[in-house]
Amino acid sequence: MSLDMNIKKDFGGFVLDLELHAENEVLALLGASGCGKSMTLKCISGIVTPDEGYIKVNDRILFDSAKNINLSPQERHVGMLFQNYALFPSMTVEQNLMTGMATRKNLGKEQKKQIVREMIDKFYLTGLEKHKPSQLSGGQQQRVALARIMVSKPEILMLDEPFSALDSFLRWELERELMKVLEDFEGTSIIVSHNRDEVYRISDNIAVIADGHKDCYGSKEELFRNPPTYQSALLTGYRYFTRAEYIDPEHVRALDWNTILNCKTDPAVKYLTLRPEKVRVVSEAEAADLDNAPRFRVINSIDNLHEHILLLTAGEIHEGYGAEQDFEQLNIHISHEEWKKAEGAECVYLHFEEGCLIPLTK
Amino acid sequence: MNLFPLYNSLRIALIATVLVFFLGIFCAYYIAKLPRVLKGVLDVILTLPMVLPPTVVGYFILIVMSPNSTFGGWILELFGKKMVMTWYAAVIASAVVAFPLMYRTARGAFESFDETLRFSGQTLGLSNTYIFWRITMPYCRQGIIAGTVLAFARALGEYGATSMVAGYIPGKTATISTTVYQLWRTNDDAGAFRWVMINLAISTVVLLAVNFVEKREKNTKSRAVSVGARG
Repeated sequence: MSLDMNIKKDFGGFVLDLELHAENEVLALLGASGCGKSMTLKCISGIVTPDEGYIKVNDRILFDSAKNINLSPQERHVGMLFQNYALFPSMTVEQNLMTGMATRKNLGKEQKKQIVREMIDKFYLTGLEKHKPSQLSGGQQQRVALARIMVSKPEILMLDEPFSALDSFLRWELERELMKVLEDFEGTSIIVSHNRDEVYRISDNIAVIADGHKDCYGSKEELFRNPPTYQSALLTGYRYFTRAEYIDPEHVRALDWNTILNCKTDPAVKYLTLRPEKVRVVSEAEAADLDNAPRFRVINSIDNLHEHILLLTAGEIHEGYGAEQDFEQLNIHISHEEWKKAEGAECVYLHFEEGCLIPLTK
Repeated sequence: MNLFPLYNSLRIALIATVLVFFLGIFCAYYIAKLPRVLKGVLDVILTLPMVLPPTVVGYFILIVMSPNSTFGGWILELFGKKMVMTWYAAVIASAVVAFPLMYRTARGAFESFDETLRFSGQTLGLSNTYIFWRITMPYCRQGIIAGTVLAFARALGEYGATSMVAGYIPGKTATISTTVYQLWRTNDDAGAFRWVMINLAISTVVLLAVNFVEKREKNTKSRAVSVGARG
């Protein structure tokens, strides 16, 4: 039970160049919209043909440009859940499930009907057999789509932004149901999403896709805790960044914060980011005795519902001209308690505690 | 009263509609997938009969079918028959004139087709033929029905091109529209009036049928929506 692929396709202006490997697990492709993650699913399912490379599912070759193999979508036995579920509008629920039988030609008519009945039961669709898709709720539609895929016994399961068209309440309910299906499925599942919370709850491993390339790969815990790259930090929810320059293994220059910080890193470092829970506001006297406590000028502070938003700059503020442009502004959210320590001040000192800084490449 | 023109008109219109139905769908389906430039060129050529005067269309058909032309001469040699001044020449004329109506409506329907339905059918292992007849066609049903009815109505009312390629031969090529003109021209006002009334009756029935079909479609749709809202 595995997926193994390495493909390349030039769309003119956008190049998809991706190498992926997945075992019996739920692999999430996380990326901003237009990064090529949905296109990857289309390549695996055979809707789009890559220029070169190979795609193997469970050691069966679906595509190999070197060997001139390119199976049709019908021959690939992949299960694909589309964003809009793609139920056939002119057919009833029962007929929709029956279309999933197309690949199982060795079964008799009665056997097929039996399997469809079982699936209708399993996916709580009893009583809806004769309904058309337009008569179903969003949740029921998703169940029909999943049941139809399961009827066809796919070797790999692919989900393309399954919840993006739903409101948050329905989304939560459907996610629970989908998790059950994924747990039962014996094989590789791939889920495409730009929603980090969803990805964290559903997947085992994550491949971050940026601009048609695999930016990084790792277990979800590792990736969310220690994102290695700028893109992965951005997509896993980190918000505070500075451009960075390597000095020596113990020191790094934070360009946007106009300071040198103690941080174990290597020459590949390009950015730094912060774990916000480890940022403290300290007084000038305290800061003098501490490492990693740079000074920022306060451009503005905004009282928010649960925290305070500080708009900070490492540069000078010129009356009437705003902040210096050389330094990217830092908009940091701190608790009201932290804010009390610096209320009304022109400058604040932020202490980045041990383990607060994460060096990023790319 | 000799009812031949009624029979002839219906036969010509029906056969022309069947031809145009398949040809129009075929062209619409494949042209909708072509690259943009080629699509634009073919689209113009295939739509021309709709905007050209029927006499100009008739002229072109005559050029192709006359016994002196390559194609017409070839038919004459093969079957020993001339194509012009026959009722099937009228079928061809009606089909050419009605074609763009079918083609354009069907193409509009195919272009609005949700491609993910095709993709999901393919990943489920359904053959492309099955997908076309069981998924694409039902999805585009309304557009295709509309196109067929329009094409039939146009074929039934065809006058200009038909009179040029088939003329008016009582009992052979006379249609309702050519008969009305002929009777009026020969001062048989009462005869012309009878055929005008017959034509009006047919057109009314066709329009009523269209409205009936549309209403039924709407009813099933709105029922679906109300159930969906409950569910």
